[in-house]
Amino acid sequence: MQLQQMYQEIILDHYKNPHGRGLRDPFDAESFQVNPTCGDEVTLRVHLVDDMVKDVSYAGQGCSISQASTSVLTDLVVGKPLGEAFKKLDAFVELMQGRGKVEPDEDILEDGIAFAGVAKYPARVKCALLGWMAFKDAVARSQGAA
Amino acid sequence: MTTTAAPLDVTALRADFPILSRTVRDGKRLVYLDSGATSQRPTQVLDAEKAFLQQHNAAVHRGAHQLAEEATDAYEGARQRIADFVGADFGELVFTKNATEGFNLVAYAMGNAATSGPEAARFVVGPGDEIVVTEMEHHANLVPWQQLASRTGATLKWFTLTQDGRLDLSDVDSVITPRTKVVAFTHQSNVTGVINPVDVLVAAAQRVGALTVLDACQSVPHRPVDFRRLGVDFAAFSGHKMLGPSGIGVLYGRRELLEALPPFITGGSMIELVKMEGSTFAPPPQRFEAGSPMTSQAVGLGAAVDYLSIVGMERVNAHEHALTVAALEGLSSVKGVRLLGPADAVDRGGAVPFEIEGVHPHDAGQVLDSLGIAVRVGHHCAWPLHRCLNAQSSVRASFYLYNTLDEVDALVDGVREAQKFFGVA
Repeated sequence: MQLQQMYQEIILDHYKNPHGRGLRDPFDAESFQVNPTCGDEVTLRVHLVDDMVKDVSYAGQGCSISQASTSVLTDLVVGKPLGEAFKKLDAFVELMQGRGKVEPDEDILEDGIAFAGVAKYPARVKCALLGWMAFKDAVARSQGAA
Repeated sequence: MTTTAAPLDVTALRADFPILSRTVRDGKRLVYLDSGATSQRPTQVLDAEKAFLQQHNAAVHRGAHQLAEEATDAYEGARQRIADFVGADFGELVFTKNATEGFNLVAYAMGNAATSGPEAARFVVGPGDEIVVTEMEHHANLVPWQQLASRTGATLKWFTLTQDGRLDLSDVDSVITPRTKVVAFTHQSNVTGVINPVDVLVAAAQRVGALTVLDACQSVPHRPVDFRRLGVDFAAFSGHKMLGPSGIGVLYGRRELLEALPPFITGGSMIELVKMEGSTFAPPPQRFEAGSPMTSQAVGLGAAVDYLSIVGMERVNAHEHALTVAALEGLSSVKGVRLLGPADAVDRGGAVPFEIEGVHPHDAGQVLDSLGIAVRVGHHCAWPLHRCLNAQSSVRASFYLYNTLDEVDALVDGVREAQKFFGVA
């Protein structure tokens, strides 16, 4: 069934038990992102120390795909140098925009590879990228303010 | 509404819509419950568009050759038939790109009134004036008015909603006041299907000399509508929601108003006399149809109106009412489903929005899609309405003349399937 291809167990697990959820202090910058077609939204904070991603915290409401992908984001980038976090961001964006034709690298994306099936549904790509775009924006804001 | 006409023969009618017999997502029978977003076109409409392009295609209102003459006749003939369909005169219908452009046309033309001649004085809005809308509006009949208010310094006011999603008209005269210049509201909500009492709002607007602008996108396709009888000043609807092509909408305006209204988009075709120092403008409807207009789309919409007229709008309406009653009954029997809007089908068209506890609308839509069921998910361009109903977004099933009770059953089964998939049932 196609549905299971999209909603991998990993995605449903992250949806039901999201990692890193909640807004926390301290933080350097915050980003609010909204998907205008469905109204899904996320507020995401980053805390950077010496170019290390010390914490990513978030709140919002959204579908299973957007919630799970934000949960996976926190697993992938927290505790990593910013350069590595952005490498993962680029890999995830490439995967999601690949229309299902990009082979994901598990070493880089870990649980993120579960979203390969989502990339086949153009209408859901925005959902998967919502939290990631908030992360990118929040980092840019933190650097702009620094 | 009562009707003595025989019910629709939906099986026979569905044969006119080739797309309804295709399959989707690995061989699933298509169950199309998204006509509120866009409707499907019967072969009669597709054939009319094709025949026009194969036999009569030319730019209209220009050229002296035979094709130009035939194309112009086809274009204006369509205008006449569409006018008859909605109780308007030939000169009272303006073709636009879509209904959104129709609302913008009125709003921008009103914005242009301050710098136009004395005949346009009645359209001028400015500081101290009020523009009234409702929280039920599609963004198309909301944002242009917000913009007009911010450009002119007028104040935007609005009717709020009751808990079950109807307009709160408990104190009409505190919202529509002698300061009100325009009242813009929907005939039928695109989300909840709620039908508004046009007579009450028109009467209140007329008491204070305000103009009325009706969003008829969800009413004209689904029930008999007569703009003159409704007494509205302006109304807009779109072709693609009523079995016609996309890329064409219709703006209705009472003749004396269109005659006094300044233009919005300017250029070729809409002029009377052009000199380097300035220009004068053609009478309506040409004044509002600048540039080369859409042609096969107008012809296609004319054919759609012919099709609907033959079927009969009372019968269309009665059929959709039966589907709505069945959907409300079926969905309310599913534990964990919350219906938005009124619980009954009184004064309500064929749109049923709902939420499923524990299943985000986007995810519900995905499960339904995997079963071949096409619904709309999100806020359906009516974000304020969703806020009023305490919903972040919703799933909306919307019906048309070609839908069946079996399809309503498929929807209800699909909702149960979504609950099962996400482990909430």
